[in-house]
Amino acid sequence: MNLYDLPDARGHFGQYGGTFVAETLIQALDDLKAHYAKYQHDAEFRREFEYELKHFVGRPSPIYHAKRWSEQLGGAQIYLKREDLNHTGAHKVNNCIGQALLAKRLGKPRVIAETGAGQHGVATATVAARYGLECVVYMGSEDVKRQAQNVYRMKLLGATVVPVESGSKTLKDALNEALRDWVTNVDNTFYIIGTVAGPHPYPMMVRDFQSIIGEECIAQMPEMAGRQPDAVLACVGGGSNAMGIFYPYINHENVRLIGVEAAGEGLDSGKHSASLTKGVPGVLHGNRTYLLQDENGQIIETHSVSAGLDYPGVGPEHAYLKDIGRAEYVGITDDEALKAFHECCRIEGIIPALESSHAIAYATKLAATMSKDKVLLVNLSGRGDKDMHTVSMKSGLSFYCHPECELGRHAAASPNKEQIVQLLKR
Amino acid sequence: MNRINSTFTALKTNKRTALIPFITAGDPSIESTLPTMHALAKAGADVIELGVPFSDPMADGPVIQRSSERALAKGMSLKKVLAVVAEFRKTNATTPVVLMGYANPIEAMQREHFVNAAADAGVDGVLVVDYPPEEADDFAAMLGKRDLAPIFLLAPTSTSERIAAVGRLARGYVYYVSLRGVTGAGHLDTVEVAAKVGEIKKIVPVPVGVGFGIRDGETARRVGKVADAVVIGSALVQGMFGAYEKSAGDEAKFAEQWLSAVRRSLDA
Repeated sequence: MNLYDLPDARGHFGQYGGTFVAETLIQALDDLKAHYAKYQHDAEFRREFEYELKHFVGRPSPIYHAKRWSEQLGGAQIYLKREDLNHTGAHKVNNCIGQALLAKRLGKPRVIAETGAGQHGVATATVAARYGLECVVYMGSEDVKRQAQNVYRMKLLGATVVPVESGSKTLKDALNEALRDWVTNVDNTFYIIGTVAGPHPYPMMVRDFQSIIGEECIAQMPEMAGRQPDAVLACVGGGSNAMGIFYPYINHENVRLIGVEAAGEGLDSGKHSASLTKGVPGVLHGNRTYLLQDENGQIIETHSVSAGLDYPGVGPEHAYLKDIGRAEYVGITDDEALKAFHECCRIEGIIPALESSHAIAYATKLAATMSKDKVLLVNLSGRGDKDMHTVSMKSGLSFYCHPECELGRHAAASPNKEQIVQLLKR
Repeated sequence: MNRINSTFTALKTNKRTALIPFITAGDPSIESTLPTMHALAKAGADVIELGVPFSDPMADGPVIQRSSERALAKGMSLKKVLAVVAEFRKTNATTPVVLMGYANPIEAMQREHFVNAAADAGVDGVLVVDYPPEEADDFAAMLGKRDLAPIFLLAPTSTSERIAAVGRLARGYVYYVSLRGVTGAGHLDTVEVAAKVGEIKKIVPVPVGVGFGIRDGETARRVGKVADAVVIGSALVQGMFGAYEKSAGDEAKFAEQWLSAVRRSLDA
């Protein structure tokens, strides 16, 4: 295999990627491309980026040997790349810092972002506060309801959260709305896309900022495990944490790359987010990639227990890696992910994000089929604090909230509803 | 000869500005699209732009977004849009029809198949919002083979190099987006528009239409002084939906009366 050197100058990964946007955005993208090319290898930019990753994010993140769990499974040794220990609790912040530093250099005082679960929104709001930028986050109104805690975090950090009421009122619609904002306010606004999708140069740029994850792994694995892993695993929604850990390993031909998609209620249930496994190539959000769509080319609604994987497309570089066979893509259902979530809590004392639980779940399946001297490296892309509510609901447990809230729940079910509401108002 | 070219040639001879209404196919109802097209032709439309609804219309403002959502909810599809055009052609052989929409429904149909089906149905031009010239070389060539015009957008931010690149691929006319934003947004600055249209006309060999932000006869008249064509969409779509909500079935009549008034202002 030749040394991997994609995308090409026009942002194509084979037939995928590209710049499929209205003319109104072309100038902004050309401008971004030119500035990114200029600063990408600029010593001062690199120095500031690395300084921020070290002192603001807390990098490098450690690699942890999940020894007890590996022993119980009786197969390959599982190692976890601890992106959950980053400031803001996930890998998203790596990319936000890179893009915010670019925004500063482009002289744009305002940043916008789209968010699904709210992790990218929180990371963007965080760096916006850190650098004194105005921040507007677009979020589907359905997600605003489901992720109230992250909405509050963004507000605490000084961001404006705009609920999006169009379409399916989820992540893809938030992305549409952010693009519309960008078209309208292109003079003073920088759009911080959170994943390796969108028009060129975003898939490349976000991958580059996130590839710090894989670069650290390449340096850390020999010390931790005595060698590089046999396989690297990561969950794939849009695919930024996966590209971040995969990219530095692409030229390590003996390392298997395995992306884990959300199979939701099952790959044949029609309720999943497995774009690479079940989608067909098409054009959405500025790039050509695998999409979940109906026979008329309309984008369909997706499902996953983890909001961060709930997206009908996927980064174009994953589409390319799938087609050339360099990476494999598999599915893990909601139930399998939840099982791995609980096991990770109980056996290793780590509460993983539901997104990352998909990758862990597949690693445990795979480990059991391999010998004890094999090594699996899993990107633990985020922590699960944000998922407490979802997990407790799924587990049928009562989730603690403050007394007024408990009362409110009883009130809703009580025949004396009016009376209790009056009591609460007092 | 493509109907768009013959239409613009005749307009030039008569020193008239083309009026191009946009409607979303399938909104307010699937049945109303065909009579509305005839009504628009009767009211003086020189070209009809027919919007192909898409689930994720990222370049459109709220009016066209809602309109697309309604059309999809009623079951509209690209295949059905082509059937409507074929039906329209049975009794109207002269008014050019341009399809405007997004890439994915076309790619889902397979581009080659779409081009042939569109030509067979009597379509004259195709504007794919998310096919800028750098991603449209092969598609423009496919359209050219069947004498369909690839229509491209130009924006206030387009550099002269980009205008030239569009000029090399464009047939029929180019569509200048008169303001920064999405369809149906804000107020447009006619002085700024005039300057940019002048620049485009020097570089691009086809007529220049102006759209986004034209909402009534008065703005149409002012823009019509500098452009070869004015495109008017969101205001018409909104008005038609209002008429439909008051009394379903009245939308075609509304479109005819409304566009006739714009036509009179434009010609005044």
